[in-house]
Amino acid sequence: MSNGMLNRILSGDYPRSRALSALLVLIGVSLALGPFLFPGVRAFSMLGMICVFIIVVASYDLMLGYTHIVSFAHTMFFGIGAYGVAIATDAFGSGFGAVFIGIGGAVVMSILLSLLLGLLSLRVKAIFFALVTLAVAFAFLSLVTQLYNITGGEDGLAVRSPRELGPAFRPFDSKVPGFSVIDFIAGVFTQGSIGQAFNDAVFEVRVSGRHLMYYITFVVSLGVFLFLLRMVNSPFGRVLQAIRENEFRAQALGYRTVFYRTAAVIVSAVLATLAGVLFALINRYVNPENTLNFELMVFILLMCVIGGMGTLYGAVVGTTVFLLAQNYLQDLLGLLVSNAEPGSLFAELAGPDRWLLWFGLLFVLSVYFFPAGIVGQLRLWAERRRERKAAPAASPLKQES
Amino acid sequence: MASLHPQSASEPVLETRGLTINFGGHVAVNQVSCAFHAGTLTSIVGPNGAGKTTWFNLISGQLAASAGSVHLFDQDITALGAAARADKGLGRAFQLTNLFPNLTALENVRLAVASRYRIGHVFWQMASRRRDISDRAAAYLEQVNLGKRADTPVANLPHGDQRKLEVALMLALEPEVFMFDEPTAGMSVDEVPVILDLIADIKNKQNKVILLVEHKMDVVRSLSDRIVVLHNGELVADGEPSEVIASPIVQEAYLGAPQEDTAGEEG
Repeated sequence: MSNGMLNRILSGDYPRSRALSALLVLIGVSLALGPFLFPGVRAFSMLGMICVFIIVVASYDLMLGYTHIVSFAHTMFFGIGAYGVAIATDAFGSGFGAVFIGIGGAVVMSILLSLLLGLLSLRVKAIFFALVTLAVAFAFLSLVTQLYNITGGEDGLAVRSPRELGPAFRPFDSKVPGFSVIDFIAGVFTQGSIGQAFNDAVFEVRVSGRHLMYYITFVVSLGVFLFLLRMVNSPFGRVLQAIRENEFRAQALGYRTVFYRTAAVIVSAVLATLAGVLFALINRYVNPENTLNFELMVFILLMCVIGGMGTLYGAVVGTTVFLLAQNYLQDLLGLLVSNAEPGSLFAELAGPDRWLLWFGLLFVLSVYFFPAGIVGQLRLWAERRRERKAAPAASPLKQES
Repeated sequence: MASLHPQSASEPVLETRGLTINFGGHVAVNQVSCAFHAGTLTSIVGPNGAGKTTWFNLISGQLAASAGSVHLFDQDITALGAAARADKGLGRAFQLTNLFPNLTALENVRLAVASRYRIGHVFWQMASRRRDISDRAAAYLEQVNLGKRADTPVANLPHGDQRKLEVALMLALEPEVFMFDEPTAGMSVDEVPVILDLIADIKNKQNKVILLVEHKMDVVRSLSDRIVVLHNGELVADGEPSEVIASPIVQEAYLGAPQEDTAGEEG
């Protein structure tokens, strides 16, 4: 791939840190080949969730990191997408037609609601806007819970996704080989024989419609990410950053900031809706807890902050780190206390159900040590290193002058 | 220059009619009517608190008038917001530096150029690939002697450079009306001529309206075609620089007293 092409794909916005580039390549390869590198149902669903939430968090960052709009209604738009597909397939059957009706209805509803919210930001600013979005999101949540005839209430809805995207659909007759990286590494250490470890790490993948759905999600996620990367590096994106920096001045330069803020809110909402659609099809079950919950909203905010606000790469890194920690911290704790005496202080503190405590602690530490998020910090280190390298070369010049 | 635009001598570009604003009970700008013609530089003087900046804010739309109106090319723009007025050609450089601190100097100017060429909505193109915009922005930076600072974030620029950048942003808007609010305040002595030359250059080469709020009387005297005096929010004198400076009301209200004393008074 030529440099110019890479430049165009990344919209000139490079990771600007070798460690970050390596991390992004690692995440990218893991997601691209994931179903053939990580065996098991749990890992597979984990991969899907990472792809879905990269869209959610990246689109949230467009508002939070790039424009400084604090909204708590992002899960609402996510939920609209998820429920849109769930309700449409519930009503019209499991065809692709029903899915597209669901997508269309959800997107229209999201555009209207986000337009209203965006225009509202004309009147209410900053924290008051955030509170209004919170109120709207809660109203929507209780509406979904109340209208159980349509939404299934607290129980939610099973999504009748098209057969081609389900486990029953088999595109290939034979199984496809996979290679478990983690088993291989573990095998090398425990058995000492690379050949044996290699053989043990090979597993078989029975490719189904779920894999098809995963790759649809992966491609959409990648596409949305690159689209947003282009958007934040376009003249439009620069105006959003100008609004973030100094809205008063942006207006004095002739930018109608309400238009730009509303546009950012709408784009963000539509992409969250799209992520909701993918979530519904990949998870095949939708309820208030997994789509509209306030806890989920806080998690999205955390992923954005941990990764680094105002850096779209932060959405990728933050989402991956957060979801891995959320899913595997319990396992890790379980492993830790398995040898501990039951009832001891250590067992009490490090028990698997205390994972949220440790997670909170990790979060506090990460914000304390990496105030600019993982990506911000990696870039800062890289920049300092470049400066140190440049310094000895520059000093003789200074002496001359 | 004026002879090239015969109508400009009679039709004012910008006019305020009975422009008034009161904050609670305090009338900060009181019934100010004044017309400005193309190709002229008008200085607005008066003690601190006289309402000069407030009047500017009413003209460029940062504040909404309590009464009266603002007209640009005979169109009533009183109801328009700051963005729409800037779009129609009102350029403003602020007294207190007012920039985008975490963006580079070049990016700051590029935002102004992008506004002038109305490409702010373009979301499918990389900003860096718009060479036309970047080149223009770089040229404006060069005009204010900031060419070498293009890639420096504004927050890291010294105060004087930020003032120059403030002027570059207004130049980049290519406005019909240039409003300079104490453009040289806080600048070091050797930087001041750069800005004054720029203002003189706009005056000589472009047939535009220039408004200048300035405390340095030598600057005012050398650049102005006309001087307007504000005092307690009211327009108290208006005319040729020599006659305004000589008038008793100006001598008493502003020029007679030493600068330090008037600076402390809330007029």
